[in-house]
Amino acid sequence: MANENVSVWTSIPFWRRSAAWVTGFATILLIWLTFDTIGQISMGTDADLKNGVTKRVPAPTVINYKIGYEMSKKRGHEVPTIGEKQPFFGKEWSPKEAANLLHLGKLTSQAKNCMDCHTLLGNGAYYAPDLTKAWLDPAWNSMIPMIGGMIGKELTREEAMAEFLQHPSRYPTHARKMPDLGITAREAKGLVAFLKHMSSIDTNGFPRNFSKTVDQFKAGGTNAH
Amino acid sequence: MLTSIKTNSFEGNKGKELGMMYFRVAIILFGAQLLMGLIAAIQFIVPGFLFETFDFSVARMVHINALVVWMLYAMIGSVYFMLTDETEHEGVAIGLGKLAFWVLTAAVTVVVLVFIFVQVGSGTEASIWFINEGREYLEAPRWADIGIVVVVLIFYFNVFATYMKGKKTGIMTVMVANLMALAGLYLAGMFFTDNISMDQYWWWWVIHLWVEATWEVFVGTLAAYALIKIIGAKREVVEMWLWIEVLMLFGSGILGLGHHYFWIGTPEYWWEIGALFSALEPVPLIAMFVHVLYDWGKEQGIAKAQGQTGTVANNTPALSWIVTNAFGNFLGAGIWGFFHTLPQVNIYTHGSQFTAAHGHLAFFGAYATILIGMFYMGVQYAYGVERLKSTFKSKMAIFLITFGVVGMTVALTIAGYEQVLVERAELGAGWNAFFVAQNLPWYVQAQLWRAIMGVVTFAGFVFLVLDLLTIGKEAKEAQA
Repeated sequence: MANENVSVWTSIPFWRRSAAWVTGFATILLIWLTFDTIGQISMGTDADLKNGVTKRVPAPTVINYKIGYEMSKKRGHEVPTIGEKQPFFGKEWSPKEAANLLHLGKLTSQAKNCMDCHTLLGNGAYYAPDLTKAWLDPAWNSMIPMIGGMIGKELTREEAMAEFLQHPSRYPTHARKMPDLGITAREAKGLVAFLKHMSSIDTNGFPRNFSKTVDQFKAGGTNAH
Repeated sequence: MLTSIKTNSFEGNKGKELGMMYFRVAIILFGAQLLMGLIAAIQFIVPGFLFETFDFSVARMVHINALVVWMLYAMIGSVYFMLTDETEHEGVAIGLGKLAFWVLTAAVTVVVLVFIFVQVGSGTEASIWFINEGREYLEAPRWADIGIVVVVLIFYFNVFATYMKGKKTGIMTVMVANLMALAGLYLAGMFFTDNISMDQYWWWWVIHLWVEATWEVFVGTLAAYALIKIIGAKREVVEMWLWIEVLMLFGSGILGLGHHYFWIGTPEYWWEIGALFSALEPVPLIAMFVHVLYDWGKEQGIAKAQGQTGTVANNTPALSWIVTNAFGNFLGAGIWGFFHTLPQVNIYTHGSQFTAAHGHLAFFGAYATILIGMFYMGVQYAYGVERLKSTFKSKMAIFLITFGVVGMTVALTIAGYEQVLVERAELGAGWNAFFVAQNLPWYVQAQLWRAIMGVVTFAGFVFLVLDLLTIGKEAKEAQA
């Protein structure tokens, strides 16, 4: 085998060199692509939002805007849309306040280990629904009045979500319930900001047809049930 | 095996003795992994089971962390085990290696106890540092991350310095280079960011470049060593194959990372890069499969031609597990991975039970199998057994564990199929769509079968432990 004169195909040095070159080339390509990707997924700024500059991951102040998820004919899938201003917990958040709130929310999402039941951007565990577009979930249409009715208050979407996160087992939707994780009112606000921000990330159309078919289904557009 | 260190002489081979210490902890953690998996499987069927005392998130966190840690233990143990054979050097600082072992084991114990009893923290940096980092597979808190890095540096120093002083075989060259990448990649997972896309970008550097690149090369290296040891395969052949495997594994696996970048906020070009390179990932797994079976057949044929009867293998339980590895790696990592690796499919299957099905068969087929094979090599050496033959218990262990894991995989694949069609395609994801799919009778039935097959796997594990505890002693007595 070691006899290089017989054939290059049975030569250890040939395969060793090839392995080194291929590995090196793949690594360099990965590092180069990483530089490009890091640039594209760095968070945008508040000025980008004000000037209508589209970023794959917008600034934390995106929580001050209405967010949608609409089919783009050009791209062939849904993309997040950022609409007019909308108060979040009854106010507009300054860039600093919004960044602090998002920081709290992201930290809480890790400290409470959300990812070992739910998926975030589709990654995590498969015991509970994906949270990528949870902010936009049509299930809130019925959850908001339900939660509001139980505590005797008219709630906005963010207030209902925060209330749910603090006492999830009080508002069960199914036999499989979310446990009480000791989330405080402050942490819940942060988590809702984190979820709203995540819903504004351009995920190349994942999840596909989000909410569309549920509405069609409710309108009797399908005989699935 | 658990008593073997006390009752057996290691002929002064401290490296092998240290390797066995790692193997013993690995088996205990393997058991913990299976128990946690059973709890989580029951929670899918009986949602109230241990609700708000030991929730699914806790069981699942310990399930996957015990998995990763037992494999790392078995891997470090395997390296210490083969180190002296390959380098023909006794090892430069095995005493320090032993100290590192105890430090690591103490740290792992504290982390697991905190996971089980403290579970979650408040939304502060302190939680990330001391309780739970909350990133799947990398939940270990930051203090433990730093401890792991220190311990791994000691381990790597030991391996590298021994390699530099001793003989430099092809197998050991690949091992030393690959371990450096494997250890270095862990650093990519040790920071906090508010940007979830950035978080997951680097998180995958650790997870993917471990399990779909460096760990696979590690398996190739281990298989090369084991084939020489067990069936007397020719080193030139084995090492040439190893370089070909490195070429193909890194050639496909490094950029195959792109298949995790389809939907996390990263640009569209990852669709093409991820699809192309990850579709090539099964190719080296076919090569590894062919290589193991071909060498076995060849050596068996040579032995037969020389008039020998019986198997050419001097350790049949280890060889059985290594052959299972060849099949399992190709099926679990290769086929089950390829199922959902193209973005056109993955947009529907991403984050469904398909992923869980692939995860179970791949971790078992690619890693658990060959590491169990190494345990048997450890037992053979510790008892000084020339020819270790499979016992009834060895056969029950391999049959039940393999049958159980394949059963779980099939059940989860069916569950995934239901979930993808109903939750994703029909109802367009979302909260209610998720629960409609989770409550489908066929989905529930599949989860029930998964739990049953989990019990079968656990029964096989009991046979495995009993066998490892007794096989060496029995074989030694029979030999004498």
